[in-house]
Amino acid sequence: MSELSKDQYYVPHLAKWPIVGSIGLTTTVLGAINMLNSENPGTPWVMYLGFAIILFMMFGWFGDVIKESENNLYNTQVDTSFRMGMVWFIFSEVMFFAGFFGALFYARTFSVPWLGGEGTGLATNEVLYPGYEGVWPTNGPGDLNGHYDIIDPYHLPLVNTLLLLTSSITITIAHHALRANNRAQTIIWLIATVILGAIFLYYQAEEYIEAYQQLNLKLSSGIYGSTFFMLTGFHGMHVTLGTIMIAIITIRVIKGHFRPESHFGFEAVAWYWHFVDVVWLGLFIFVYIL
Amino acid sequence: MSHDITHDEASHGHDHDHKPKGFVKRWLMTTNHKDIGTLYLIFAFAMFILGGAMAMIIRLELFQPGLQFVEPDFFNQMTTMHALIMVFGAVMPAFVGLANWMIPLMIGAPDMALPRMNNWSFWILPFAFTLLASTLFMEGGAPAGGWTMYPPLVLQGGHNVAYLVFAVHLMGISSIMGAINVIATIMNMRAPNVGYLNMPLFVWTWLITAFLLIAVMPVLAGAVTMLLTDRYFDTSFFNAAGGGDPVLFQHIFWFFGHPEVYIMILPAFGVVSEIIPTFARKPLFGYVSMVYATAAIAFLSFIVWAHHMFSVGMPLGGELYFMYATMMIAVPTGVKIFNWVATMWRGSMTFETPMLFSLAFVILFTIGGFSGVMMALAPVDLQYHDTYFIVAHFHYVLVTGAVFGIIAGVYYWIPKWSGHMYNERLGKIHFWWSTISVNVLFFPQHFLGLAGMPRRIPDYSTQFAEFNMWSSIGGFAFGLAQVFFIYVVWKTVRGGEKATAQVWDGAKGLEWTVPSPAPHHTFEEFGPVDLDKMAHGKDH
Repeated sequence: MSELSKDQYYVPHLAKWPIVGSIGLTTTVLGAINMLNSENPGTPWVMYLGFAIILFMMFGWFGDVIKESENNLYNTQVDTSFRMGMVWFIFSEVMFFAGFFGALFYARTFSVPWLGGEGTGLATNEVLYPGYEGVWPTNGPGDLNGHYDIIDPYHLPLVNTLLLLTSSITITIAHHALRANNRAQTIIWLIATVILGAIFLYYQAEEYIEAYQQLNLKLSSGIYGSTFFMLTGFHGMHVTLGTIMIAIITIRVIKGHFRPESHFGFEAVAWYWHFVDVVWLGLFIFVYIL
Repeated sequence: MSHDITHDEASHGHDHDHKPKGFVKRWLMTTNHKDIGTLYLIFAFAMFILGGAMAMIIRLELFQPGLQFVEPDFFNQMTTMHALIMVFGAVMPAFVGLANWMIPLMIGAPDMALPRMNNWSFWILPFAFTLLASTLFMEGGAPAGGWTMYPPLVLQGGHNVAYLVFAVHLMGISSIMGAINVIATIMNMRAPNVGYLNMPLFVWTWLITAFLLIAVMPVLAGAVTMLLTDRYFDTSFFNAAGGGDPVLFQHIFWFFGHPEVYIMILPAFGVVSEIIPTFARKPLFGYVSMVYATAAIAFLSFIVWAHHMFSVGMPLGGELYFMYATMMIAVPTGVKIFNWVATMWRGSMTFETPMLFSLAFVILFTIGGFSGVMMALAPVDLQYHDTYFIVAHFHYVLVTGAVFGIIAGVYYWIPKWSGHMYNERLGKIHFWWSTISVNVLFFPQHFLGLAGMPRRIPDYSTQFAEFNMWSSIGGFAFGLAQVFFIYVVWKTVRGGEKATAQVWDGAKGLEWTVPSPAPHHTFEEFGPVDLDKMAHGKDH
């Protein structure tokens, strides 16, 4: 990467952003806590202020890193540290989703059949919930939030699957173009990826609106609603974040950042995007189809 | 280039070698692994004292049967907060502090791999614990449902539920970033000729610990998020009426919680594996088997979680599987104990304070391990479950295990950090005072548990009075001993006999090749190090 100081690992000094980040995080969660705990939440201004501080921190922090990178302060070893950081961060995200998938599998394999009288659940079923059959999908023996319908996997969700899979291809094409030093192509395919991500999010919003208004499928619709909305919701948040990240990468390519042989920022975002894609495939199979 | 030359250059001082001036620049904006390590250690110590004060309240109330000093609800707040603070505020940050200070010095790295993120990992913690501790002063008080946060009980807390959940989220973010940093440092920042099997065991145990942290902290985040949505957004994860199950929380929590207990003990294994060879003046016996044993313990930790839940009503097959899988952990742990003993076999041993704490660690941790094997037996665990027997068990592994490991590490490395030798006589007083009192504190709790005294209850039947009185007396003495420890540390930092670079004549490792106190920057230029100086430099 850099010809300067090959053996010198760049250690930044006087980091001002972390403490800003801590203040931002704390402000955000305090805002959220106050909203949750108050009778009339109103507009969560404190939380918005926290988000604003976090955004400010991210602009500043990433800005510093980009500046240092463009000034050739990073050798290949620093680059490797960043790569490892991103890989293990994505692994932590995988484990976060694993927790929610685990809840889904547990409910489907154990708790719902037990409530329906399987295994040792016979007495529970007959005494507490007579007549409950324990078949997935379910809003539980209490029929929480009343009758609901589930989303047909072969309409919007299938389209969304194709959109995300396509976007994984477009970002790969953009990557190849970047490596071939073809900037115009890189920008075009990145913009295509952003658009695909945005359409996915638009359809996901449509789907939620349909679920709430027409299907009566809500977060409060028992364990089905809980797992459905929490899994797809966290995934949607990750797609939102990924789309913003790709948009920023696009701007950076337009600004002339990255070189064919060194473009960690681009790659990190691409990895993240593939991760989001893989999670969606898990969702499509286990939440929508099965 | 040899490291010695690097240090000569360092002591001549390039401009950036000087420590930043001013409190804000030096501590709030630091990217220096030594300063951040110091911050972690001071923070952990402060939390240790805070959590310890809560333990004193618990022991005070339990000194006699009947309700004397506190309300039952406040008692439950104390047990809950004591555990949360000790686990997430004292033990874990203390080990991260040791990792920050020692790993770069042990592998010949200029700093941690991601220095700015390192700062953030630390500076989230004071905010997280301020949030958590603030619940003590609000209406309804602090969380009182136990540190395991089982629903539905924990959801019946007042305003504190949201504080608890978000504080845990912040601690998780901090731990994950810290762990990523440790892994990247160990994998990417070793001096060019230091291979994985040249690394000191402390570095190895931390590598595996960091992997555990990244794997399970997000799962805890997921679990508390489900608590939050069950409480505030009408989800039904833990609500049977909606098809969920409170036991689901226990599964998710302990999928985090069991690896978590190894997160708190593996680095302590690493510390004593550094100390025992030094004072036995022999290389660590079975170095490679130690590495494999650590990895095996870490692997097993993922597949044994439900042994915390034998009494919850699992299918028989589950009980049997988790029982046998759990007992397997005794095998790699036994390998470790055997290797520590074999390291001492026919060594020319001396008994300085770090060695004394390490020896106590080996013996007392083994006692905690034995009671663990007892409780791995599902049929008898039904008797032990939620009694003082389990309290005795996990305090043996966490206090005389993890905390003794940390204290041993502090005595072992404080000459390197401060440039001063601690006062050996005071250290020995601290050791004997702590070791005797901690056994008076926790050993009778085994008997209380076997006789049926339940945990997390402020009052008890009069038949338990005598052992509880002993336990409380031991508790107050142990608490005082740690106040004395503050004095010993403070005295060492302020002055005392100058430490040499080598400090301990039997010590091997790169950390002993840099001056004491370690200069603000070490190993600034990457280059091969002298493998002869490393404990496992040449043999493997």
